[in-house]
Amino acid sequence: MTVERTVGDLALARARWGWTEIAFWLFAIASIFLFSDRYLILTEMAWLGLFALSLDLILGYAGIVSLGHAAFFGVGAYSAGLLAVHGIIKEPVLALLVAGLAAMVLGFVTSFLVIRGSELSQLMVTLGIALLLRELANKFSNITGGFDGLQGISIDPILGLFAFDLYGKVGYIYCLVVLFILFLLARRIVNSPFGLSLRAIRNNPLRAAAIGIPVNRRLIAIYTISAFYAGIAGALFTQTTALASLDVFSFERSADLLLVLVIGGTGYLYGGLIGAVVFRILQDVFSSWTPQFWQFWIGLVLVLIVLIGRDRMYRGVLWLPRHLFQLFRKAHAKPAVSDGGAP
Amino acid sequence: MTSLFTILFDGVAYGMLLFVLACGLAVTLGLMNFVNLAHGAFAMAGGYICAVLVNNSGVPFFVALPIAFVASALIGLVMEQSLYKHLYHRSPLDQVLFTIGLVFMSVTAVDYIMGSSQIFIHLPDVLQGQVNLFGIGVGRYRLMIIVICGLLTLGLQLILAKTRFGSRLRAAVDDPRAASGLGINVPQVFALTFAFGSGLAGLGGALGAEVLGLDPYFPLKFMIYFLIVVTVGGSSTITGPFLASLLLGIADVAGKYYVPKLGAFVIYTVMIVILIWKPNGLFGRTAAR
Repeated sequence: MTVERTVGDLALARARWGWTEIAFWLFAIASIFLFSDRYLILTEMAWLGLFALSLDLILGYAGIVSLGHAAFFGVGAYSAGLLAVHGIIKEPVLALLVAGLAAMVLGFVTSFLVIRGSELSQLMVTLGIALLLRELANKFSNITGGFDGLQGISIDPILGLFAFDLYGKVGYIYCLVVLFILFLLARRIVNSPFGLSLRAIRNNPLRAAAIGIPVNRRLIAIYTISAFYAGIAGALFTQTTALASLDVFSFERSADLLLVLVIGGTGYLYGGLIGAVVFRILQDVFSSWTPQFWQFWIGLVLVLIVLIGRDRMYRGVLWLPRHLFQLFRKAHAKPAVSDGGAP
Repeated sequence: MTSLFTILFDGVAYGMLLFVLACGLAVTLGLMNFVNLAHGAFAMAGGYICAVLVNNSGVPFFVALPIAFVASALIGLVMEQSLYKHLYHRSPLDQVLFTIGLVFMSVTAVDYIMGSSQIFIHLPDVLQGQVNLFGIGVGRYRLMIIVICGLLTLGLQLILAKTRFGSRLRAAVDDPRAASGLGINVPQVFALTFAFGSGLAGLGGALGAEVLGLDPYFPLKFMIYFLIVVTVGGSSTITGPFLASLLLGIADVAGKYYVPKLGAFVIYTVMIVILIWKPNGLFGRTAAR
């Protein structure tokens, strides 16, 4: 068997749908009926999951550390809000796309700044861009509403058919559908040769360049795509909460996002989604303990995760399911061996 | 003309303060490549310690300042030995996550203990009002800041250039491996420098409470300023961050005076432009590490 074939086989095997994945999405659909009194928090998990997914695309797959991913989230949020307030595009799905594209343009333009330089200057530039946008939104308060946020956002029915209801059921289903579609797209992207080349770049940019991968162009492309995803997440946030205020750009949002992704794990698409669910539950628990000071516990979680070590934490969490899985496999494998006789 | 001089004066005071606050970070970053976003937390600790001593216990301001320095340095030393030390060889992502976690914890802890409102330190009468300097009235407090920070800068420069510890430190910054090969105890040098830098930050926080404002969100608000000083100034010399702080201080004060509508916008833009133009900082060498 040639090496090329093995690599291709591996990639194909990874791209196949496993039963855990199907179960995950079935559970997501079931959540619509199971937790019918918790739509608001579920909606939050959905857009937060999408946001974390967008960070995973650059952090987990391309190795770009960003401290200012809220920039794109904010642009998406304000775009969707402004489109709705001024009645330019009333239909949510179209507005969602336009907001995503607006963030994408920003992502493309800033990608040239971000891919240059060391990791430290990447951190600084991404952080600087988010702060810059926040400052801009603050200064142009006649457009953005400044600290009070945009007033009077009202969202029309989706596709002219489904109006947002008071309980947030439609909003949740809407977010879930968008999340699923974009997840499928992301899945296709990371399993394509393009996605594989990104992983090569993350592991060793020099070597990747040596085997003929156009490193900078690939990084620009994924950064732009990631900005699009973040913009969509921001737009979903605005459309489901009818809110857009300065804190969409805040540093805390970018920092929390890093935590979300780290909880779930980087470099596989479900990390962001699982992280969003866990993070939101944690946040809920913490703020029920100490309403004003939940950030303390979030900080503690961050510190502990790093001190324990991210890899060790995942191994610890995955130990039980893997152990069970192996027991299960052994139980099945034994009769097969005895049937086959000598190997 | 008078206003120009006042702006320059205030800008220099502000810049020197920023330098004292941030120079510890420059060393951390230069020596161990450690991204310490929690540097502002040490400054805040110093500020609050000084405030509590002066306001609640009635300790004189000039006695409280050195106490703030020593206390922050001790906190820095303990943190370095217990936590930071284990993270020097981790990825920047881990370091960022860890220090952000520390920032969140310190912000909320201080908020919980001291309340979220801004705190003012009762200044002695000597430091209040203005003094006439070459026919122009300047704030006494700012004059004191310039004097203290100027002396500190001179002292740092002397320590770095003339003492044995200074040459060990410079050697360790230049090439940690070769330095440890020559028998320099790099971890020890680093622990001491970290503690000293934290102490300076604490002193800066105490001095700056009047000028910068002191509330629990201090580490978050000024994080970007410290990072600007370090990235623009480079971390290989002490003059780089010093000049960068002065530039930043003057630009910020002048910007707020002449074009208040733009606010911090100018500074962020300048930072990004400089980082694109010279990724190693305006005054940094082209480090090949």
